[in-house]
Amino acid sequence: MTTYSYFPGCSLEKMAISYNQSTKQTTKALGVDLQELEDWNCCGATAYFHVDELLAYAMVGRNLAQAEVAGHDLVAPCSACYKNAYFANAYLKEDQDLANHINYALQQDNLTFSGNIEVKHLMEVFCDDIGYEAIKETISHPLKGLKVASYYGCQIVRPKKDHEDVENPTFFEDLMTAIGAEPVDFAYRLRCCGGSLLITSREAAFELIFELLQNVRQSEADVIATACPLCQTNLECYQRQINQEYGTDFKIPVLYFTQLVGLALGIAPKKLGFGTEFVSADRILTYAKEPA
Amino acid sequence: MLTKPTFSEEVSNLLHASHGEPLDKCIQCGTCSGTCPVAEFMDYTPRRLIGMINANMKEEVMESNTFWYCASCFHCTVRCPSEIDIAGLMYALKRYSIWKHQYPEDAVGPVFSETFVKSILRSGRSYEPVLAPSYIFSYGVREFLNEAHTATNLMLKGRLPVLPARIKRLENFKKVANRIIPMGGA
Repeated sequence: MTTYSYFPGCSLEKMAISYNQSTKQTTKALGVDLQELEDWNCCGATAYFHVDELLAYAMVGRNLAQAEVAGHDLVAPCSACYKNAYFANAYLKEDQDLANHINYALQQDNLTFSGNIEVKHLMEVFCDDIGYEAIKETISHPLKGLKVASYYGCQIVRPKKDHEDVENPTFFEDLMTAIGAEPVDFAYRLRCCGGSLLITSREAAFELIFELLQNVRQSEADVIATACPLCQTNLECYQRQINQEYGTDFKIPVLYFTQLVGLALGIAPKKLGFGTEFVSADRILTYAKEPA
Repeated sequence: MLTKPTFSEEVSNLLHASHGEPLDKCIQCGTCSGTCPVAEFMDYTPRRLIGMINANMKEEVMESNTFWYCASCFHCTVRCPSEIDIAGLMYALKRYSIWKHQYPEDAVGPVFSETFVKSILRSGRSYEPVLAPSYIFSYGVREFLNEAHTATNLMLKGRLPVLPARIKRLENFKKVANRIIPMGGA
């Protein structure tokens, strides 16, 4: 059994509670052990990097150093937390001056960054570590006929890391195929959901959300699958307002990929956080009724 | 004798720690502007802004809303043929404008960012309800009511925390932050 340090991040505590529940249920069922990082703090979101970069690295560094004490690689389900942790880890490893500076601050919490763990997005644990074949073999309720818009969003693939294919990634679609669903092709799968512009520049964010929902509708997907709490909130919780603003009638459920994997594994919907949606997902549940 | 740096030199200094190529590598191809999903809302497109920085048009750049519209999607960064970290540049300009207190009076971005950071330094975790006052009053009545409606729904679905979460070693956490930015006390 592979063990990871788990960094849920602030959103998964409440706003994205269904992501947290479905992550725990599905990883357990697939033989992955997630141990929550003991005293994790906020990853800094984007705001920290707007205000002070060093402070941002210190905050992320504190989480990384704790994961080093635990001795496991760090897994983050939120794309923004992941991006911050991944790049802070990489920069601290290559820039000794920066690491010395951060370590001077971390002394105050008896921690040291030494750079001996890796940071992964939860999606990588499913696609690379568990693997599509193992998932295919374990699922009991393939989601046959369910058309899924696999929405990557931004920070899971950007900025670019190593040899990553940032223009045409397929890992999300491949995972949806592995659980028996049918990934649809849609142009905006890598486009921004608006992120925190929802708060700071609402007009712009609404335009992005509207265009995305419209693009998904044209693809005839039954559901949007996401790997990020901010994408989920923007696309789902603001659908009512988008409809008001643009005179549309979108009713597209937006679920975390782990909730769909969970359904395919035959886990009870309630345990996967179903029931906390703004847009009903009842129709999606019917796809998991028939065991293979 | 030290001479005052030009604006483009100041911006280069801000990008010193960044991992992209310097701004004078920009070939003005416009891939960034064509890629940016919010370019239409910006006073100047990213391509134009870079040209203006290279031409030392400090006042126009700092008064523009361009960098506050950047949502950090990094699409421009991964596509730039000159490998300039354009999203990183937008971050740098945000920091510069907060640092110099130079931003449009009605801009929500800087106030929201600062409120966010202060709130995290108090508890170690982000807590949505304390962030609301930093933006909610800039809304019109209809938007305000809509936001209240969404918040109520979140509460009813159990998706909004009633109390802020706190980390365990909060005092140590504050001391760590204090070694980076002394804030008095701690």
